[in-house]
Amino acid sequence: MSIRIDLLPKKKYILPGNSACAGCGMMIGWKILGMALGEDAVISIPASCAAVVQGLGPKSGINMPILNVPFASAASVATGISEAFKQLGVKGHSVVWAGDGGTADIGFAAVSAAAERNSDVLYIMYDNEAYMNTGIQRSSETPKGAWTTTTPTGKKESKKDIALILLAHDVPYVATANIAYPQDFYRKIKRASEIRGFKFIHLFAPCPPGWLFDPSLTVEVARKAVETGAFILWEYDHGEFKFNPPSSALVDKSRRKPLIEYLKLQGRYAHLTEEQIKQMEEEIDRKWQFLLRFAQATRRTQ
Amino acid sequence: MRALTTTKTALTGNYAVAHAVKMARPHVISAYPITPQTTIVEKLSEFIAKGELKASFINVESEFSALAVVYGAAMAGARAFTATSSHGLFYMYEMLWWAAASRAPIVMAVVTRTLGPPWNIHDEHNDILAIRDSGWAVAMASTVQEAFDLTVQAFRLAESAYVPVAVGLDGFVLSHTVETIELPPQEVVDKFLPPRNPDLPLRLRPGEPITMGNIPSDDRIHAEHLKNIYRAHQEAKRAIYSMDVEYGKLTGREYGGMVEKYELDGAKFAVVCMGAWCGDAKEAVRALRREGVPIGLMRLRFVRPFPDEEVEALAGLDRVVVFDRDITPAGGILGREVASVLGRDKVTNVLAGLAGVDFKAEDFRKAIKHAIEREYRDWIVAL
Ligand SMILES: Cc1ncc(C[n+]2csc(CCOP(=O)(O)OP(=O)(O)O)c2C)c(N)n1
Ligand code: SF4
Repeated sequence: MSIRIDLLPKKKYILPGNSACAGCGMMIGWKILGMALGEDAVISIPASCAAVVQGLGPKSGINMPILNVPFASAASVATGISEAFKQLGVKGHSVVWAGDGGTADIGFAAVSAAAERNSDVLYIMYDNEAYMNTGIQRSSETPKGAWTTTTPTGKKESKKDIALILLAHDVPYVATANIAYPQDFYRKIKRASEIRGFKFIHLFAPCPPGWLFDPSLTVEVARKAVETGAFILWEYDHGEFKFNPPSSALVDKSRRKPLIEYLKLQGRYAHLTEEQIKQMEEEIDRKWQFLLRFAQATRRTQ
Repeated sequence: MRALTTTKTALTGNYAVAHAVKMARPHVISAYPITPQTTIVEKLSEFIAKGELKASFINVESEFSALAVVYGAAMAGARAFTATSSHGLFYMYEMLWWAAASRAPIVMAVVTRTLGPPWNIHDEHNDILAIRDSGWAVAMASTVQEAFDLTVQAFRLAESAYVPVAVGLDGFVLSHTVETIELPPQEVVDKFLPPRNPDLPLRLRPGEPITMGNIPSDDRIHAEHLKNIYRAHQEAKRAIYSMDVEYGKLTGREYGGMVEKYELDGAKFAVVCMGAWCGDAKEAVRALRREGVPIGLMRLRFVRPFPDEEVEALAGLDRVVVFDRDITPAGGILGREVASVLGRDKVTNVLAGLAGVDFKAEDFRKAIKHAIEREYRDWIVAL
């Protein structure tokens, strides 16, 4: 299915006057969410940048029904909303819009439980790879080597693969997405919203102040993450795993751009040695190998 | 008109709560086990499995999520219930405040239990009393029948004052003790408790932009909101009185509203306490009356809102003995609350029954005697 972005709904859900930083990747993603779900979604938002960028109450810079909720509670609150709607006969989607910290760290137990229960929730984790709202501290989604204020010499541990962990919960739909590929993200939201049960989308969303790059480069940075293979676009739909373009072509390692093209755009990797960059490339390749084998295995079981 | 039948039956406190919840026709129930609460949600899951109750039953991974689920449900317009105790209640702490400040009309049973270490499942009131400043209304039953009645009333209170309501019942002493109780006909409960208006306090609906909880443009908006919660609790007092009368007309059971008064006419001394052991305290009061001591008892049915005016009415008495089944580094919680109205000079605060230690009618009698004869030297005595 190809989607022409100029044919997408014109109604704006992200309004002027919101308080996001210039070039915020998360806001680009949120705009696509509005286009895809429009009037159908009720959003739960845990403590995060998303809780702040709405602007100042009682007004809101986001043209959607939003319930702001405690940091660790979003998946559970969204479950309550979807169950209430079910009992009251209200049609709509209970959607979580949460950061990586609220999802993979403090909220993880609740996310895992909602997945295990197969609660009827669309959970979207926008991944800016750190706790940005509190001023760039590491999260379990911060990549190895990246600078944050609590990893001043670079993070020592690997990035947690939250999407694969949720896939292992045997939920109907898990996908990764990237704000540089809005049609792909749009299609995935649409697909997820057709399915009853727990749907998870991991959205890659660069953050200029947190990653130390110029706000004009957000989409460029996001695209480079995919082109170099550092972030992989894939989709798991009812048992079948597949790579999505352009990542599907990058299974062939020779077609990936050198990782340095992605890293050099950002200040958070400026301290890395060549040796460390080489290690990162090897780790990325191991991830590809793993996913490739996984894709082949799920295909065989069809 | 068809005659409505009241069912006389024997139930534990927990099953009485479960029956009350069932008759309140909730939409969403969340459950996480903790002794001595667990049989409430077990019973509810059974009602649903048997088709006797149509509701979503959500098994969660923690109490924090148990409250988060019913919070989401209540904010989306559902009638919602959960239950917990002790460590479970404390694990909810952040959600308790969030729910109260959202004016979410949730009802939660709190089966009181002591806190560790050491691990101890027996009765104490520290757990429920610790949430008294969170914005929840906090009630405490004294019998299995009242556990039922208070639970039904809690939904009405929550949905008229827009405050979440915690209904307390003593762990094991009520939760697992069988008493004969009367279940009103469903029609009577339906009359007392009409379906929830899903549009209040706000309407969370697809296609209707509204934002709840985002940063205020002026802190005074937030401050005003907090003051409104205080006002809501003052309103709730009035609702509790009128509810009590109305419920009394429908079922024949009136409790006195915020407090139950026992033998207070012509009394020179009074006992103040809450929960199941007030039954033993009453027995002690009867014994003392037989000995010629002019004494009565005031049982607190609610500690939030706090019955300030009712307690103030004891000001003319010679001595007020407050029993706390809790202990803090500053003494007893109810003792301090009552002393804040009457002054310390008037009050002797007896801390007893801690960690589930048995405290019988005769123990009450002795402690009360010591207190009114001024044989305790401190105003706070931990037995
Ligand atoms: C219980 C609790 N602990 C800590 C905080 C402080 N806090 C607010 S937002 C945040 C970080 C959020 O990080 P993430 O989920 O990655 O979202 P981002 O800010 O990056 O958008 C933290 C730690 C909080 N609000 N609640
Ligand atoms: S700190 Fe980053 S994620 Fe947060 S609003 Fe600014 S750009 Fe967006």
